[in-house]
Amino acid sequence: MDGSIHACGMNERAAQPIAMSDFRRSGSLWSAAAARIRRNRVAMIAGCVTGLIAVLAVLGPLVSPYAYDTLDWQHLAVGPFGSGSHWLGTDRLGRDLFVRTLNGIRISLVISLVSTAISLAIGVTWGAVAGYVGGRTDELMMRFVDVLYSLPYLFIVIILTTVFERGSLPVLFCAIGAVGWLTTARIVRGQTLALSRREFVEAARATGLSTPAILLRHIIPNLIGPIIVYATLTIPQMILFESFLSFLGLGVQEPLASLGSLINDGAQEMQSAPWMLLVPAGFLVVLLLCFNLMGDALSDALDPRER
Amino acid sequence: MLRYAVRRIAGLIPTLLVIITASFFIVRLAPGGPFDQEQTLSREVRANLDRAYGLDQPMVVQYGRYLRALAHGDFGPSFKQRDFSVTELIAQGLPVSGALGLTAIVLALTLGIALGVAAAVWRQTSVDVGITSFVVLGIALPGFVVGPLLALIFGVYLQWLPVAGWEGGAPRYFVLPALTLALPVIAYVTRLTRSSLLDVFRANFIRTARARGVGGWRILWGHALRPALLPVVSYIGPATAFVVTGSLVVETVFGLPGTGRYLVQGAINRDYTLVMGMVIVYGTLVLLLNLIADLMYGWLDPRVRYE
Repeated sequence: MDGSIHACGMNERAAQPIAMSDFRRSGSLWSAAAARIRRNRVAMIAGCVTGLIAVLAVLGPLVSPYAYDTLDWQHLAVGPFGSGSHWLGTDRLGRDLFVRTLNGIRISLVISLVSTAISLAIGVTWGAVAGYVGGRTDELMMRFVDVLYSLPYLFIVIILTTVFERGSLPVLFCAIGAVGWLTTARIVRGQTLALSRREFVEAARATGLSTPAILLRHIIPNLIGPIIVYATLTIPQMILFESFLSFLGLGVQEPLASLGSLINDGAQEMQSAPWMLLVPAGFLVVLLLCFNLMGDALSDALDPRER
Repeated sequence: MLRYAVRRIAGLIPTLLVIITASFFIVRLAPGGPFDQEQTLSREVRANLDRAYGLDQPMVVQYGRYLRALAHGDFGPSFKQRDFSVTELIAQGLPVSGALGLTAIVLALTLGIALGVAAAVWRQTSVDVGITSFVVLGIALPGFVVGPLLALIFGVYLQWLPVAGWEGGAPRYFVLPALTLALPVIAYVTRLTRSSLLDVFRANFIRTARARGVGGWRILWGHALRPALLPVVSYIGPATAFVVTGSLVVETVFGLPGTGRYLVQGAINRDYTLVMGMVIVYGTLVLLLNLIADLMYGWLDPRVRYE
């Protein structure tokens, strides 16, 4: 493939293959990595904050007296701490902003996790098959990835959300997941190429094991390390995608809300009710920052050559 | 070099065909047609509409017609804005989006390189720390958070600049959108420049220059900067892709009459021809700019050879 064409630009660090054999061979490298993360105070704080937000997002709406779509006609567009019962204020329909934001975080997290899983499943299969089978199949499959890579992901997602039923969560999962697998496929293919020349794979082949069995039993289990690293870097990107779509009105639809659509609502009302913008934007920023810091720490910890 | 360029341009054609074909068939095979929402249509009117837009023909015929029209620069009629062709809409919006995107790229390169050089020269001082934290924030913050926040601060509270609007391209209306669009790219260019300049500073030829008694600033301008900028140049391609997608958000946030806003509106209204046209235009743009960046790279780095 001549020339490298990266479409999204923000993840070339992740695209560097990590020498798998370096940290799967012995358990000590894993524990060394864990120790390195534990010593990284920024990463630990980021992890705790993320965990706290996730717990809040799951439990908060259950504990609160309001549901995300409960209308409170006594308190329309009240500011934070303006009335005792709504901690972070309400929107113009009197819906509790804290509950809506937490619910939005939950939706954003679920969508990002599911679409990360989908993109990993496609990417790992695609990359492992291309790398192991090789030859013309490999060339064709990776050529396809290159073509998709040269387009900004979002246009494909926009086409998909234009065409299929808007706002339905399964469509969102698939649309976002279907475009996120390209980098995974590239990483996995590279690792598979290296692995398939190793002796144990050759031995498996010599004993007459079928190709799918070799892939499932020998190749993919050895890829778990880089896959985990890449997944932590994918999740915030997926959160961003989802919020981006919802912000534009192409994602989650009313009365449901995700962080993106809440920020959009807030931006409409920011002259009279700035908290409607600041609350969801603050949560999104903190969440993204924490995920990025954790991802950086994880890839640093697993790849000691950096720094 | 010329042969390489020609070959690369020829290589774009199959990629473009894939984009066109994929978007055409995704749109046509999806459940539901463009006129489904208008339920009051009688069967005769519906048939007339279908005939007027050529939707009664077999798929292959439609595809052939679309390709032939495309070759003449005709993207077909807009399904939702009845009196406009897609070509007219694109022609209206492109100057606005082009000016915005170009400003953002220029801003990002100048500011980003300047900040990156400053951070590398004064590394591990408060200057470096300040710039690096700006970079972390700039990369983590998405445009749909930064845009409304900037509008809130500079438009609503300080009242220095208009919150939104275009007014024929008056500079006052241009500042916030261009800044919002450029911010993540500035951050990224800063990070690239800083790290590659630090690498170059460690190289042997810089040490030699120092040993010969060349002064610090002359080392920077005369020796270090040019090789240090190579990663920045190869980032121009992804950066334009990023700016193109970012413009969707920025044009929506600030209400600019550009192509990005048309694309979003088209996707919300299910204006199939408009969305397809926009995706094809943007896809071509991104591919071309990637190519230009690759060619520029070879021109800057004498070690690159094109075979």
